[in-house]
Amino acid sequence: MARITGAHIVIECLLEQGVDTIFGYPGGTILNVYDALYDYRDQIRHYLTAHEQGASHAADGYARTTGRVGVCFATSGPGATNLTTGIATAYSDSSPVVFLTCNVAEPLLGKDSFQEVDITGISMPITKATYMVKHADQIADAIREAFAVATAGRPGPVLIDILKNATAEYAEYTSIPYDIPAKLKPMTTSPNGKIDTLVEMIGGAKKPALLIGGGVIRSGASEELLAVAEKLGAPVATTIMGLGSIPGDHPLVTGMVGMHGAKASNYAISRCDLLIAVGARFSDRVTGDLGSFAAYAKKVHIDIDRAEIDKNVITDHHIVGDAKKVLTALNEALTDSYDFSGWMAEVNDKRTPKRTGTAAGYLDPRDILAAVQRIAGDNTHIVTDVGQHQMWSCQHFTYQWPGQLVTSGGFGTMGFGYGAAMGTKVGNPSRTVVHATGDGCFRMNCHELATASHYNIPVITLIFNNGTLGMVRQWQSLLYNGRFSETTLDRGPDFVKLAEAYGVAGHRVTNLSEFEAAFTEALKSGKPAVLDCVLDIDATVRPMVAAAKPLSEYLLD
Amino acid sequence: MKHNTLSILVENSAGVLSQVIRLFSRKGYNIDSLAVGETHDPTISRITVVLQGDAPAIRQISSQLHKLIPVHSVKVLAPDDSIERELILVKVKADSRSVRDEIIQLVGVFRANIIDIDLYTITVSIVGAGDKSRALLNLLDEFGILEIARTGMIALERGATTIYDRNKIEEEYDYGKHVL
Repeated sequence: MARITGAHIVIECLLEQGVDTIFGYPGGTILNVYDALYDYRDQIRHYLTAHEQGASHAADGYARTTGRVGVCFATSGPGATNLTTGIATAYSDSSPVVFLTCNVAEPLLGKDSFQEVDITGISMPITKATYMVKHADQIADAIREAFAVATAGRPGPVLIDILKNATAEYAEYTSIPYDIPAKLKPMTTSPNGKIDTLVEMIGGAKKPALLIGGGVIRSGASEELLAVAEKLGAPVATTIMGLGSIPGDHPLVTGMVGMHGAKASNYAISRCDLLIAVGARFSDRVTGDLGSFAAYAKKVHIDIDRAEIDKNVITDHHIVGDAKKVLTALNEALTDSYDFSGWMAEVNDKRTPKRTGTAAGYLDPRDILAAVQRIAGDNTHIVTDVGQHQMWSCQHFTYQWPGQLVTSGGFGTMGFGYGAAMGTKVGNPSRTVVHATGDGCFRMNCHELATASHYNIPVITLIFNNGTLGMVRQWQSLLYNGRFSETTLDRGPDFVKLAEAYGVAGHRVTNLSEFEAAFTEALKSGKPAVLDCVLDIDATVRPMVAAAKPLSEYLLD
Repeated sequence: MKHNTLSILVENSAGVLSQVIRLFSRKGYNIDSLAVGETHDPTISRITVVLQGDAPAIRQISSQLHKLIPVHSVKVLAPDDSIERELILVKVKADSRSVRDEIIQLVGVFRANIIDIDLYTITVSIVGAGDKSRALLNLLDEFGILEIARTGMIALERGATTIYDRNKIEEEYDYGKHVL
């Protein structure tokens, strides 16, 4: 036992949790913690970003791709509020991140003091839990519980707000193993009969389909999923968050489902007579019109979060539990042999023929992604922002392993990509990290070029530059009679010069061979790079189902 | 839309009430009535919420409440199997002897109580489960209601069953027993 400052307790507790990487930004109230961090700089690597939002996304990307808890520091007031978009993004996609902010000292609390804000109140609806810590002797418990909460059951972000006085006070600290209290253990339903009922339903089905969400990735249930899928021989459609949960080139996998989903996937979901959703939450972008969603199917929902059951889609059967454990039990219970080959052939018939050849004379986004796959290989993370480039990245890159795709699926955060890509690279130094972005998204957080440049985090940024907010423009041209209100980005900057200003190599490419050359060079350089890929302003994402329409009704083929 | 009574046991600490109540507004539920008080265990408070909603909506809000760490248990009380009471204080204009007599008589009929009286007003306390209170309030309105304060509905199940019979820590959170 030792008597140390609250700030030192913070760092000691992080070490207890195995933390060696922090993304953050210092400021007045968190000074004591940063001062303590100075003593531990050999054990913990801190990445100073250009903006707190970048740090929040970096910690999120790190968490999504390492299976560890991301850690992000910020000061009070604006430092804390700058985290909120990052917190909400992590919350939407169930990413375990511990956000640690400091607040003004207790005598100043509630006095509208300089840089004071009620961040625990602000972040309450976008976290699993928030903690306000007023004294040094409460810090250790709060941090230990926060890490347990972030990872227990359905993962997600947690915020700890520590008052400045607590970081300066001395308290007793002992490194002790933390026993997760019963209340933090996930709710599960008893398996008795639940699996049997599902097996019976499968036995009675003629056209079963699997709908796989990000829960399978968070749970590490890919092997178990593959085993169940192969035993059934039924189509497997994934949500955006589920891409990579099962090898994308597997013959049973029909691709992404939903608004920009593959036709075979949308067909399988629309026509199946038994839908088994695992770790998916029936987002409106997945279901389209709820009335016609999987209208011919009995619906089964497997999820670790009981609150997801019957939230958007009323199901016929559900199992509350960890995907890995449920799929293991299901796999053991599936003792019959199944033949759904006729149904599988019917679904395969709806597959869009594989594209052959490349566009000549102009740069096609599909060719960019195919080239990335060809040149960079499988050991590559694709990290995206939000919009057209994101959908192209989902459709035209084949994700082979869980965590390969890092994207803001639920919250749809423009500006997520660069920070997340840095976090991904820091957590996975042996993998190539490609950041796919648009000219709109990249402008939101491109100041993080300074961070990538300083720490030499070799993220390769591909700007799908069509001079417009492409996805919004696509809606405007299809649904708003081509009234392009405030979506044209005819104002720079020159991304090549911008990159160079930050000490990062920039290339402008206008056709596929230029792209291949620049991308190969960027890969070889081992340094961050920006490829400004000039696209046509009217390049569209196909197919497209309009919002709240049946998955079988295409607005754009 | 059905009237539902939810009983929620929570940790008795700062911010918990706001966390619970914000969940209702965030998910788009309107609360008809709300009552909060300490239980026989001073570390635990009981929140009673009355709201409108169909069965899936109530199941959804209960599941969401379960996820809040300071929430110990949530129970939907079936109207037929529970007893509900609310305390209402109502101040009525009563500036003549005949009006006072009339009010005193009404209050007697409804078995409510007069708890304060002066030359100009009478304050009545009504304990009830809804219909009776509403009827008396309608009658008192004739004399001119000056102000009303209500506690919000509280409720318990009839007979031997209690909210502790279904505690989320014991039942749903028992990982060892229910692990798949």
